[in-house]
Amino acid sequence: MQRIGVFVCHCGTNIAATVDVKKVVEMALAEPGVVHAEDYQYMCSEVGQEKIQNAIREKNLGGVVVCSCSPRMHETTFRNAAQKAGLNPYMVEIANIREHCSWIHKDVKEATEKAVILMRAAVAKVNLNTPLKAGESRVTKRALVIGGGIAGIQTALDIAEAGYPVDIVEKTPSIGGRMSQLDKTFPTLDCSSCILTPKMVDASAHPNITLYTYSEVEKVSGFVGDFTVDIRKKARSVDMSKCTGCGVCQEKCPSKKIPSEFNRGLSNRTAIYTPFAQAIPNVPVIDRENCIKFKTGKCGVCSKVCQAGAIDYNQKDEIITEKYGAIVVATGFDMIKLDKYDEYAYSQSKDVITSLELERIMNAAGPTSGHLERLSDGKAPKEIVFIQCVGSRCADDRGKSYCSKICCMYTAKHAMLIRDKYPDVNVTVFYIDVRTPGKNFDEFYRRAVEEYGVNYIKGQVGKVIPQPNGKLLVQGADLIDNKQILKEADMVVLAAAIEPNPDVRKIATMLTASIDTNNFLTEAHAKLRPVESPTAGIFLSGVCQGPKDIPETVSQAGAAAVKAIGLLAKDKLLTNPCTAHSDELLSNGCSQCAHVCPYGAITYEERQVNDHGIREVRRIAVVNDALCQGCGACTVTCPSGAMDLQGFSNRQIQAEVDAICL
Amino acid sequence: MATGNKQAELIKEISGVNPLKCMKCGKCSASCPSYNEMDIKPHQFVSYVVNEDIESLVNSKSLWKCLSCFACVERCPRDVKPGKLIDAARQLVVRERGGDYLSPNEIPELLDPDTPQQLLVSAFRRYRR
Repeated sequence: MQRIGVFVCHCGTNIAATVDVKKVVEMALAEPGVVHAEDYQYMCSEVGQEKIQNAIREKNLGGVVVCSCSPRMHETTFRNAAQKAGLNPYMVEIANIREHCSWIHKDVKEATEKAVILMRAAVAKVNLNTPLKAGESRVTKRALVIGGGIAGIQTALDIAEAGYPVDIVEKTPSIGGRMSQLDKTFPTLDCSSCILTPKMVDASAHPNITLYTYSEVEKVSGFVGDFTVDIRKKARSVDMSKCTGCGVCQEKCPSKKIPSEFNRGLSNRTAIYTPFAQAIPNVPVIDRENCIKFKTGKCGVCSKVCQAGAIDYNQKDEIITEKYGAIVVATGFDMIKLDKYDEYAYSQSKDVITSLELERIMNAAGPTSGHLERLSDGKAPKEIVFIQCVGSRCADDRGKSYCSKICCMYTAKHAMLIRDKYPDVNVTVFYIDVRTPGKNFDEFYRRAVEEYGVNYIKGQVGKVIPQPNGKLLVQGADLIDNKQILKEADMVVLAAAIEPNPDVRKIATMLTASIDTNNFLTEAHAKLRPVESPTAGIFLSGVCQGPKDIPETVSQAGAAAVKAIGLLAKDKLLTNPCTAHSDELLSNGCSQCAHVCPYGAITYEERQVNDHGIREVRRIAVVNDALCQGCGACTVTCPSGAMDLQGFSNRQIQAEVDAICL
Repeated sequence: MATGNKQAELIKEISGVNPLKCMKCGKCSASCPSYNEMDIKPHQFVSYVVNEDIESLVNSKSLWKCLSCFACVERCPRDVKPGKLIDAARQLVVRERGGDYLSPNEIPELLDPDTPQQLLVSAFRRYRR
């Protein structure tokens, strides 16, 4: 029997308002093995931790139970405190009487009863705890960044500057991401390319950065500090070492009618292409699905015109296997599809466009060379209507429940730029709320209204009706004047909601990183660990974690880099000692544990055993401690009870259940 | 008639709508084809129910000007569906009269040259038994 101390935290009023903490202390003293019990307002504070340490020393405690918040919050805090007082940290158990009790109950009597039961279970477990020693694992001093937009580029640059090698894996043929598609950026209106392209060049030229463009992450194994990743480098059909980027192949390619992804389908590209003129690397790829040579076997024009002899139709996908200590996810976003919003006539009229399409139209390198014109007839518009919150803040299944955050500001930007360049064009914005938190953001929006005369109307648009004369009839509400508005517009711009890149689900599954119902990656703690995934060694950068604009993305990218650098700077990591072990006398070598192990940690060996005097060679399960993550899947699968998890042994869990139920 | 509070509860129950989900975007009023005929506008139905002022709602012109075309129900981004609320308020009035149904014989005397035919069709669809 251990000498156990029980420490009950008030957590201010978080626990104490619902749980009678004095009663929990009193009941604890009656438990077998408990030689000390006390309560305190904030057990996690320095004073609280000292109380635990003093009791360990004075009462010679062999086990500690802290009744407080979730172990996810402060288990490490209390284990470290106990260790400083000379106790093995794995002799500390947490009874979660906050999240599991006080926060979810209202009745003090019932909540107290439950808190006592939870305390009892923890005491029963500590009685069977044994000191455990954490092992060590090495840290591969190399980082992987998934996604080559502004978030990924910034994270990679920061890690590279700290002296660690970084690889960027980008799915498309060039780095640059969404930001490369933007014309101007709010609230300063500087040109997006002018501030992004130097960063792209820096990333490609940095000695510590390796770019894998037109590549995808295919497989991830391992754990924090020691990930092994397979990267599929898709066949470019162009030899990167030979290509000079002269562009003749693109000029001569006869397959010219493929919608350009970069221009959002508003212009066409060739089958051999670079997405945009400033692409990095400036090496084209052949889109094999649309290439005449690949479809019919006849053509080969690009190969004939290429002076450098770089075209290689036989190139194959290449799998690169590399080890990494840290992985940063920076997979970004896309606009939602608008096929469920027929009322806005997006699919009926070419003059109803999304804001990102407008961005391309306003851009000098865009489909109209920067001239604001209607896509249907090329005429200059005189009346433009912007519709906000298309698919954002929706409670139905057509849109997204969240606010996309960037639309209010980019619409103010678009409105202002149009009024500035074309003062005779009327601009009307239908809005629900104008949300402009951010430095100099509200001033920016006010300038659109006060200096540029943009007409903001509080109310949503009900429908857009294409007219026989080519105009668009916009029927909207003005909730301030309490009237319905009918307005003839030449162009309608929809602020479509943004959503995480659809590929992020696949990537999150490979990384075992958790993801929310909107496909945004979950952070380890919403306030205190916003750039870390709950999965150790995985960091989050940019919109993959939640909607954000460029300044916020760049800040977060830097923060993610710092966290990754902090990990890479370590030579060794302590491993979780709570791993599984098999009892050689009980193991029957049936392989069921190996089938369920998600980490491939279980192998088998033929071993001589001495079973009560019988010596024989048996097939026995062996767990690799470095790979085992302590999930416990094998222990519940094992039919003979040979598998047991240290720190969560079958006996300990049984004791907890008994303490609760008996 | 019952008190405002009870009536409001009844309207919520009949319609199955939670008016607190409304974000006041006005897409209902922007969609309504009989907006100009109404004294209380579709987006206002919601706040009348929230404020439990059902007396004004059942005595409004809007009650009988709504076509039950359900454009607002279809397009509401917040699942608030003002058309269903007004439908429920009409139901209250009809029940108060002693029966929640219409018989075809009653229709000729209800006819008013201003009443859109669509309203009669949808009312008949809704209230016949």
